[in-house]
Amino acid sequence: MQLQLPGIGEWMAAFFTLCIFSFLYRDNVLYRLAESIFAGVSFGYYIGLARLNTLEPNLFRPLFSDFAGHWPLLIPFALGLILYLRYVPKAAWISNWALAIYIGYYIGVNLIQRLHGEVLPQAKGTMLSLQVPPGQLLGNLVIILGVLTVLIYFFFSSPQRGPLKPAARIGVYYLMISFGASFGYTVMGRISLLIGRLTFVIHEWARPLVRAVFGG
Amino acid sequence: MKKQVPILLAVVASLCPVVGFLLPQPWVDEWMNRRLDEWMVIIASFALVLGVVSVVQVNLHKVRRRSRGWGFSLALLLSLGIMSAFGLFGGQGERADGSLHPFTWVFQFAFSPLQATMFSLLAFYVASASYRAFRVRNVEASLLLVGAVLIMIGRIPLGQAIHPLVPQIAEWIMQFPNTAAQRGIIIGAALGAAAMSIRVMVGIERPYLGKS
Repeated sequence: MQLQLPGIGEWMAAFFTLCIFSFLYRDNVLYRLAESIFAGVSFGYYIGLARLNTLEPNLFRPLFSDFAGHWPLLIPFALGLILYLRYVPKAAWISNWALAIYIGYYIGVNLIQRLHGEVLPQAKGTMLSLQVPPGQLLGNLVIILGVLTVLIYFFFSSPQRGPLKPAARIGVYYLMISFGASFGYTVMGRISLLIGRLTFVIHEWARPLVRAVFGG
Repeated sequence: MKKQVPILLAVVASLCPVVGFLLPQPWVDEWMNRRLDEWMVIIASFALVLGVVSVVQVNLHKVRRRSRGWGFSLALLLSLGIMSAFGLFGGQGERADGSLHPFTWVFQFAFSPLQATMFSLLAFYVASASYRAFRVRNVEASLLLVGAVLIMIGRIPLGQAIHPLVPQIAEWIMQFPNTAAQRGIIIGAALGAAAMSIRVMVGIERPYLGKS
């Protein structure tokens, strides 16, 4: 029978997993080392992604392969480079130009997306009919009441007095149920991740290692 | 010049997607939406380096001065350098011979396990966090607790084993009260964000000017 030890990748993944779990005992050097490596690898990963998934296919390749057809790409290229002028004290203010265009554009996108993609569809979805069978009517009433009372709760422009006060209170109850549901989902997601990590450590690292060392 | 030009650029740039949306012409869509979208992603990639440079500066400073915990800063810089080099000078995915490019290898055996384990740590602290959160005995805390417990139990086989109604109640909570509250939150947040967008569009808010 061939004895198969876990590979370098499995050893590394298991080491990092156990380093992070060591925090459960208390804050220690191994945990902080893994944490620092995680931060470094994350930054490196996003730099790599920027080159591999954005700059290479959308900027450099089109420019170098067909400059005449893609010369307008010099504009974002120049704007990107302008951002780095903030490291030149005398010209740092010019970097705000690129930033202004970037923020301005996404502000415009945000306005359209929020109003057209969120407010209108959600408002439309709340305008439910009340001329429906009793079973469905209860659900529709719960939704209409919930949306209105939550919006009343979020209306901070005037003090919540008179009939607005109990309405806002009902809104808070709705919010608490919703936060509870979100909390439940978050917990389930994290436990699922934990199961995944334990499955990896046991089945892909510890078990092959034990089998390779002790046989069986 | 230092203030007026950025404000003008921001106003013009913010109007582009709005015009693109209001004038559904192919050339408008091509220039105001598709191309500009592509350009902004390119600018964002360049901006990423600004953040990385800041992190490098802070950690390099710690290493040079041998400040407390400088070894961790060194580990961060080394891992950042190695992963960046793999990403900048290598490929991603599988090679022709089936082996992984170093960038993907490190992602699979370092980044991915570290991230998943980091997030999974929370599972251990949920019990104590829940206890602290739910210790406040009022109607709101009780609703939060009941909602969370019903959703958690209702979505696993245990809920069905306790009573067939438990999964149905969990589903009802998700479908009605939760939908209503989420809708209220989305509408409220979207209106707030839209108002903020308009303030930037007319030049009242100028986040791009920084502290100056």
